[in-house]
Amino acid sequence: MRMLIEETLAAGFLDEAAPTPDSIGLAAMDDGAALRLGDQWLVVTTDSHVIHPIFFPGGDIGRLAIAGTVNDLAVMGATRPLALTSAIIVEEGFRQSDLARLQASMRETCREAGVTIVTGDTKVMGRGEIDGIVINTTGLGLTDAVVPDAGLEPGDRLLVTGSIGDHGIALMAERHELDFEGELASDVAPINGLLAAALAAANGAVTAMKDPTRGGLASALHEMAEKSGVGITVHEPAIPVRPTVRSAAEMLGLDPLHIANEGKAVLGVKRERAEEALAAMREHPLGREAAIVGECVDENPGRVVLDTGLGRRLVSEPEGEPLPRIC
Amino acid sequence: MAEPVRSTDAGLRAGAAELKFRDPAKARELAGAMESVCEAVGREVSVMHVCGSHEQSIAKYGLRTILPRRLDVIMGPGCPVCVTDVPEVDEAVVLAADGVRVATYGDMVRVPGTVKSLADAQAEGARVDVVYSAAQAVEIARGTAEEVVFFASGFETTAVATAAVIVADPPPNFSVLSAHKYIPPVMEIVAEMPATRVEGFLAAGHAATITGSALFEPFVERHGIPVVVAGFEPLDVLAGLLKLVELVRDQEPLVVNMYPRCVTPEGNRNAQEQLWRVFRTMGGRWRGIAHVPNGNLRLRDEFAHVDTRKRFQIAVERLWSHAPSALTQVCICGDIMAGIASPNDCDLFGKECTPDAPVGACMVSNEGTCKIWHQYGGHPDL
Repeated sequence: MRMLIEETLAAGFLDEAAPTPDSIGLAAMDDGAALRLGDQWLVVTTDSHVIHPIFFPGGDIGRLAIAGTVNDLAVMGATRPLALTSAIIVEEGFRQSDLARLQASMRETCREAGVTIVTGDTKVMGRGEIDGIVINTTGLGLTDAVVPDAGLEPGDRLLVTGSIGDHGIALMAERHELDFEGELASDVAPINGLLAAALAAANGAVTAMKDPTRGGLASALHEMAEKSGVGITVHEPAIPVRPTVRSAAEMLGLDPLHIANEGKAVLGVKRERAEEALAAMREHPLGREAAIVGECVDENPGRVVLDTGLGRRLVSEPEGEPLPRIC
Repeated sequence: MAEPVRSTDAGLRAGAAELKFRDPAKARELAGAMESVCEAVGREVSVMHVCGSHEQSIAKYGLRTILPRRLDVIMGPGCPVCVTDVPEVDEAVVLAADGVRVATYGDMVRVPGTVKSLADAQAEGARVDVVYSAAQAVEIARGTAEEVVFFASGFETTAVATAAVIVADPPPNFSVLSAHKYIPPVMEIVAEMPATRVEGFLAAGHAATITGSALFEPFVERHGIPVVVAGFEPLDVLAGLLKLVELVRDQEPLVVNMYPRCVTPEGNRNAQEQLWRVFRTMGGRWRGIAHVPNGNLRLRDEFAHVDTRKRFQIAVERLWSHAPSALTQVCICGDIMAGIASPNDCDLFGKECTPDAPVGACMVSNEGTCKIWHQYGGHPDL
């Protein structure tokens, strides 16, 4: 996917001059763009949301569309979103009651994030021309300081805001009709409030942030390590994973590190402020399980090493859609 | 440290059960003990496991970083997906291309055939369902009037599950294309290979749960090589390896069961009855390795009505109108699975051959050596 984007879709745009001095554009391949506006930054991000099934344990495509964009703004440092736009394309025959449910869910998620939709667009396509519904949201936010995903330095501690793997495993169980004992639910939620608390407590010491969505924590860490030119060591026993998610992933032969999250972030924080940032996150209702899971090192730049407690190995970048394995 | 356990020694079973299966302190103890044994042997020791789940465990928990330098743990032909032969994949691809619905395990979808995989067929419009169990494939057949073929792969463990649905009166539109394989015969092949360095085998605990540990006794007698049955938790693997190097040091060719909480000498009789009622062994090629006498599990004539090969004329030849890619000639999956080469010896590894664009089946399956090495870094110096 990343290759398709870099080599085909973004080609030509990548080396065009930035619209404002020192702005972050397409070439950074970050979660969004940041444009200088006076002494502030305008952060812009856009995302088209498709998911199957559209209603799933813990959320729906409407909640995902709001939370996903709010979180993309937040991990760039824009934790107080200014406004969202929403463009919806539905398939002819899509149930109106479902649309109403999605609309209510979007409104509720906007309320949680403290933002509203200021403009939108709706299109209907013929039956079979689109699969159910696609929702695009664009987010705008202002911040005094942009947090890139490439700012890690050796010595920085890595924090996650909570348990990982919940979203992807819940979806997979639903899609493949797998029954697991215990609750499996997506973690989809706007976490801008949580990240605002962490940023305030760290007092300028947050060096990088990223939301580990598709590809999970493994992809996010790889991207951050590569772009920052540091090595990363992660301590597996310190990574919060719910027991049900752990056993479901083990049964399916999947690595929780590869599983998507929709309400989590990974933060790089300077060593001396890491505990403060952690404490602030744990105070927040969405950050109770936040943890320090690793650190940045000089060795092996661009690589992510996992200390399993028993030995050490590389963390791989997930390839393609994870498939359940045979035995 | 828990005492090693003989399959006959019930009194010591509790000892093995007490292992806390992921305890780092115990792991270090076992690794330390292995170090002393290898020192006593005074040369490099090579042992082989024949199970992708063992490799998964070793790689996933990073165990190779704590194993003695002089101990080489080779992954043998223990990945059922990897040893599925090209013509077997071709059969499934032809059926799918002809509009038959093919249900199979996730790993099998991307295994390359002569010119294409089931995933390629799917991209061209064929119906391919990923299932998690044989029973799920039967459910699909029950819900449709279409012909549903279950492309079944796996060793004797998985074959039992296939046998169970076959004897349970599946609907008439359901049939089984068996690519099931039987492990014991291929151990013979590896033991007899001239280039082999293997001094002991770690046998798969889940397969032995069904077949019993006594199954390996004739093998040990014939080849004078020890076999240790081991489970899959990290400490199971380490305790199994320690026992194996001890047997190598003491030159004691024995079968030892280090997985007594699941495995008995006689195994699961009901499952064996079911397995052999439905399947018989037949010689056949294992991808990249060799012709393995009695290595394939095929449906008995009594179950011809559920046998895809009896129900359809599968003309795989028509796939062979153009030659397979030149890269497949360079692929050394077979040598890797036979334990005489490692992925790093392959010119394609990590370059032309990646999980995104696999050349050999070893790079497709989560149980494949190349995929696992690509994923976890093989023998990393970390």
